[in-house]
Amino acid sequence: MMDYLLTEQQIMVRDLARKIAKEKIAPVAAEHDEKETFPWDIMKVMAESDLCGVYIEEKYGGLGGGAMELCLVTEELSRACGGIAICFAATALGTYPIILFGNDEQKQKYLPDIASGKKLAAFALTEAGAGSDAGAIATTARKEGDYYVLNGVKQWITNGGEAEVYSVIAMTDREKGARGASFFIVEKGTHGFDFGKKEKKLGIRASATRELVFNECKVHKDNLLGREGMGFIVAMKTFDKSRPGVAAQAVGIAQGALDHAVKYSRERKQFGKTISSFQGLQFMIADMATQIEAARALTYAVARMVDSGARDVSKESAMVKLFASDTAMKVTTDAIQVLGGYGYMRDYPVEKYMRDAKITQIYEGTNQIQRNIIALEVLKEQLRK
Amino acid sequence: MNIIVCIKQVPDTQDIRINPETNTLMREGVQSIINPFDMYAIEEALRIKEKLGGKITVICMGPQQADAALREAVSMGVDEMVLMCDRAFAGSDTWATSYTLAKGIQKLGKFDLIICGKQAIDGDTAQVGPGIAATLDIPQVTYVKKTEEIKEDMARFEKMTEEGFEVIETPLPCLITVVKEINIPRLPSLKGKIRAKQAPVTTLTAKDIDAEPGKLGLKGSPTVVKKVFTPPKRTGGQILQGDTNEVVNKLVEALKDMVVAAGKT
Ligand SMILES: Cc1cc2nc3c(=O)[nH]c(=O)nc-3n(C[C@H](O)[C@H](O)[C@H](O)COP(=O)(O)OP(=O)(O)OC[C@H]3O[C@@H](n4cnc5c(N)ncnc54)[C@H](O)[C@@H]3O)c2cc1C
Ligand SMILES: Cc1cc2nc3c(=O)[nH]c(=O)nc-3n(C[C@H](O)[C@H](O)[C@H](O)COP(=O)(O)OP(=O)(O)OC[C@H]3O[C@@H](n4cnc5c(N)ncnc54)[C@H](O)[C@@H]3O)c2cc1C
Repeated sequence: MMDYLLTEQQIMVRDLARKIAKEKIAPVAAEHDEKETFPWDIMKVMAESDLCGVYIEEKYGGLGGGAMELCLVTEELSRACGGIAICFAATALGTYPIILFGNDEQKQKYLPDIASGKKLAAFALTEAGAGSDAGAIATTARKEGDYYVLNGVKQWITNGGEAEVYSVIAMTDREKGARGASFFIVEKGTHGFDFGKKEKKLGIRASATRELVFNECKVHKDNLLGREGMGFIVAMKTFDKSRPGVAAQAVGIAQGALDHAVKYSRERKQFGKTISSFQGLQFMIADMATQIEAARALTYAVARMVDSGARDVSKESAMVKLFASDTAMKVTTDAIQVLGGYGYMRDYPVEKYMRDAKITQIYEGTNQIQRNIIALEVLKEQLRK
Repeated sequence: MNIIVCIKQVPDTQDIRINPETNTLMREGVQSIINPFDMYAIEEALRIKEKLGGKITVICMGPQQADAALREAVSMGVDEMVLMCDRAFAGSDTWATSYTLAKGIQKLGKFDLIICGKQAIDGDTAQVGPGIAATLDIPQVTYVKKTEEIKEDMARFEKMTEEGFEVIETPLPCLITVVKEINIPRLPSLKGKIRAKQAPVTTLTAKDIDAEPGKLGLKGSPTVVKKVFTPPKRTGGQILQGDTNEVVNKLVEALKDMVVAAGKT
């Protein structure tokens, strides 16, 4: 086992998450996947175990950790179920705008309930006409006295309908273009805020993905995050911190698939021997394990960079999201290969890992967009030399 | 409500090896866990405390390593831990163990409720809980599957029986032993784990508990293990089939045969 020099507390966090994954999540993962039910059972266990607030300041009821703790928990949960893990990780994504740009009152009001696991959060940027091109969002927020009035539809919002707290980006001044967007905290139950239907998905089927519909929805100006016009900065800074979390999800999914594949290869006999004795298969396993370890090492390195307070982590967090998610896709596909026809069957757990892995190449910026970010940064660096 | 939970550290395996010479358990190299039935005892204590407030103390008689079991209980939310550890306690049978734990509990002061698991998975005797109650001369309810009501000075429990259950009301303080039907034990919490690492363990030795030396350890243990074996499996018996008349006739015939067979021997 690689020694990543985790602190005693980080080991404690990882071990507890591992225990929950093994004892509580693994037995119900297939059922939540099959029935597409939201894992409130597991969210309750997470809350009781104090894991919901590992990345939140102690002052607001958290453990006082950061991206590293977020990654450790997400990885371990994903090893058992990437869909259940994302309910936790998407809450972190929805909470980061408050952590990074909230004032003390906003933090006091929202963070303790999120840290205790009483409430889930969500992050709402994507719209039908604005995916990779975030600047194309059409949802508006019109100022009226002490309120902003939101109109528009957000699409594919993870934890939509289940979460209580939503970080939502809307255009406050279309004229100003990229400087005309602002982020708001909107609570479930606010008048004029409704949910569309739950999406049917390929993978991460335990997680809920819904539309958010804003129709003359009045939000008090105290719920504006940062200043008016800072919306895209909030979004970009949030992604910089949260992308290692997607990478951790990918690493966990890949590891879970490898665990199953290795176990199976030692039991399955063909040609009178266990298939693990064939070099053709051993080489696959060796490659899978190596790729996972490289992805994990990069994930922890970037998470630590984020936690060190480094000012600009865009390139690194794009790299880790890209590399880990591509690794997960490759490893989970190979894991099915190791199981042969059995891997293709839903009675075996491995095909689910491949379905769950796919999303990590798409959300929080597709891998093409990550490459855009990386290339841009690399080319800029050359210019500075 | 002052609750005391007695826990035992046991080897984490179903096929425990036994030393053929001493007929005692070989514990070396086997991972230790809290006796699974004691996990239900801890959980029940936590639930009662959540309702009524108070304090939970876990107590364990065992070697220094049993410290880990106590800390795990604290990570689940227990308040205080006591380890009864002394060479004089070594070799205790259920009689001496009950006596020692009872003396330790007396030393801790006033209590309202003692909770034990119904039995330990390594010894399977189910004697220590009742033994503690007898030594302390307090009421006991064994095989509790539900706490129906609990107040300052009385409690009502559902006790599992082979046919169903009995409802038993008892004054407090009392001792109960619990079965696995009673609850689902929680996992430890992060804050609990952090506290468990630092929390102090009170250690009680033979000197601390004013025990009669002759009643402790091997000396105080009247039990002698002669042989350990698995009892032969019960066979399924015979099922008579047919309508009532037919079955009754067959049964009468069978009984007659048995009487005759018995008369011959
Ligand atoms: C299950 C799920 C959960 C989600 N959860 C959330 C959430 O919680 N909150 C939220 O705001 N959003 C969420 N999303 C939305 C997600 O972030 C978007 O799907 C993603 O950003 C891609 O946008 P798109 O789907 O519109 O694809 P498009 O932007 O239409 O992209 C289509 C293809 O074109 C490529 N492409 C686009 N632009 C370029 C370019 N400039 N150069 C090269 N290639 C390009 C893309 O890489 C992709 O391959 C979720 C999506 C899914 C599927
Ligand atoms: C959807 C589906 C439809 C099917 N339809 C049919 C059908 O119509 N008719 C039919 O007869 N069968 C059918 N099959 C069976 C299919 O042909 C087998 O699944 C396939 O031959 C692989 O066998 P296996 O699944 O037992 O895998 P295994 O043989 O157990 O292989 C497991 C892994 O070990 C590797 N391996 C095995 N031996 C060696 C070796 N010597 N050296 C290196 N690596 C090795 C394999 O490449 C694989 O990665 C179907 C299967 C599926 C999933």
